[in-house]
Amino acid sequence: MDVLLAIVVGLLYSTAIYMILQKGLVKVIIGVLILGHASNLFIFVIARLTRGAPALVPEGMDLVPEPFADPLPQALILTAIVIGFGIQAFAIVLLQRVYRLTGTSEIDKLNTTDRIEATD
Amino acid sequence: MEMNSDILFFTLATPLVTALVSLVFWQALRYQRIAFLAGAVGYLVFATMLMTEVHTHGYVTLQAGNWAAPFGITLIADLLSGGMILITAVLTLIAALYAEGGIRSREVSNIFHPVLNFLVFGLTGAFLTGDVFNLYVWFEIMVVSSFVLFTLGGSRSQLEGSIKYVAINVVSSSLFLAGIGVLYGLTGSLNMAALSVKLPQIENQGLVTLASVFFLVSFGIKAAIFPLFFWLPASYHTPPIAISSLIVGLLTKVGIYTLLRFFTLVFTTDLAFTHGILLILSGFTMVVGVLGAAAQIDFRKILSFHIVSQIGYMVMGLAIYTPMAIAGAIFFVMHNILVKTNLFLISGLVRETHGTYTLKKLGGVYDKFPFLAVLFAISAFSLTGVPPLSGFWGKFLLAVGGLEAGQVLIVGISLFVSILTLFSMTKIWGEVFWKKLPESTTIVIQDQKQLFTRKWLMVTPVLILTMLILLMGLYAGPFVDYSMSAAKQLLDPQGYINAVFVN
Repeated sequence: MDVLLAIVVGLLYSTAIYMILQKGLVKVIIGVLILGHASNLFIFVIARLTRGAPALVPEGMDLVPEPFADPLPQALILTAIVIGFGIQAFAIVLLQRVYRLTGTSEIDKLNTTDRIEATD
Repeated sequence: MEMNSDILFFTLATPLVTALVSLVFWQALRYQRIAFLAGAVGYLVFATMLMTEVHTHGYVTLQAGNWAAPFGITLIADLLSGGMILITAVLTLIAALYAEGGIRSREVSNIFHPVLNFLVFGLTGAFLTGDVFNLYVWFEIMVVSSFVLFTLGGSRSQLEGSIKYVAINVVSSSLFLAGIGVLYGLTGSLNMAALSVKLPQIENQGLVTLASVFFLVSFGIKAAIFPLFFWLPASYHTPPIAISSLIVGLLTKVGIYTLLRFFTLVFTTDLAFTHGILLILSGFTMVVGVLGAAAQIDFRKILSFHIVSQIGYMVMGLAIYTPMAIAGAIFFVMHNILVKTNLFLISGLVRETHGTYTLKKLGGVYDKFPFLAVLFAISAFSLTGVPPLSGFWGKFLLAVGGLEAGQVLIVGISLFVSILTLFSMTKIWGEVFWKKLPESTTIVIQDQKQLFTRKWLMVTPVLILTMLILLMGLYAGPFVDYSMSAAKQLLDPQGYINAVFVN
């Protein structure tokens, strides 16, 4: 399972980077979305997987019997997902505003702030 | 004297409460302004109290919810974070004043007040936290607020700039998360003090170095070091100065702060590798930044590229890794926050009088507004490092620290870059202040008196900052002492670890 998930993480990262390097803004945003998933899954896998052993204290005991699935990485991922969701929503609205204002969503045409020319 | 830990909570809560109150008074601009000003003053008071507390006790710690470290989230202030919060407080007050004079649109003002306070909230949290994942959350609060500030107003250049800013920051956050994953997988803890204890005991040190590179790249993007700085000159100049004043001074310095924290506390196992990379990057950052500035013809873009160049000096201090050099870096951070913000604010004033930022269309400021020119000259000379102004002392500490450590090459580069900085400043001086006003340009505000009476809300912050810069230069002793003690604290992680685990 670890190996399979490791391969999936690798695939997600490479897909994300490929998409971010595209010229269309929509593709860049999809890439950013996938990048978030890649990081979350990475945390999940690297914190070690334990199957079928939730971290619940059985009745009559003080501690969870080993081995149990570590709940902390899941809490981290949950937080990261929520934050990522907010940022993605902002990015999509930004994309829509840019498209309305400039009529294009091509990164190459949105480079006026990089050019050396007069501005007011 | 009993340690007053609650002050940490009050410092952190003030900007949040101010932001929420501003949200309540959504359409009532007058109340928003009062809340903003009251909040900024309150924050400054708490920051000063925190600084005195840190000064007497060395460290101030608070375990959130009384969960003992490393299980809960630790809030901790040492001299460095205390100083950063104090300077944030000063800048917030400055930004509050300047914005009241500089923002004309009601809608923009309505959103500006709460969002700027959320930004300060995020900054404060990032300076105070002792937990890596908690730092990630503070970073996101800060970054999202800055997204909103960058796009506020919604002009074409702002939107274009923020696309790059948003995209690179999301990448930075993902790398940060990946680094957190590696650290947690290795040690099972995310408390910085616990990490500092556990990481040297890890058998596979290669993985620790891997984690350090994740953090180096992630913080490097935030701090805008070479070769990760390209978003900065593409976006920093786009929002109106009144909105971006706080961003310009502080946002990249948070990256520097976290670099200082992590590469003195957490990642100190492979100094030759990590600090070797930092040293090389610092050299390139200084040179590339200053050369980039030489090509620009826009007031703010020249200053933006200089931010990059100056970040190089701060990283250089960290990379040399001696008490003197790190003290130099800390002094330089404080000095740079004040000077850089002041230069941007002055460029905003010139924009008020001339209606443009382009060097070619500007001119005759010295003729019409001699006092403004003097204010610019003080900050520009200070940035360059002319004695006895503040920039000189920062560079002096860095150079002495570097020479004592035998790093002659990087000291040579830093001094050479100073000369190039002077060249850039003389370019602005010549074009904006000394040159005759081009006939095609019509100035909006006719003379000095008019500027100072009509725009007093924007002039006062510049005056305050200039006073502080002069104070830091002419009365540098206490500031140098502070930087030296803060650097000694950073280089002695054991004190930090004890402070976290005792309570």
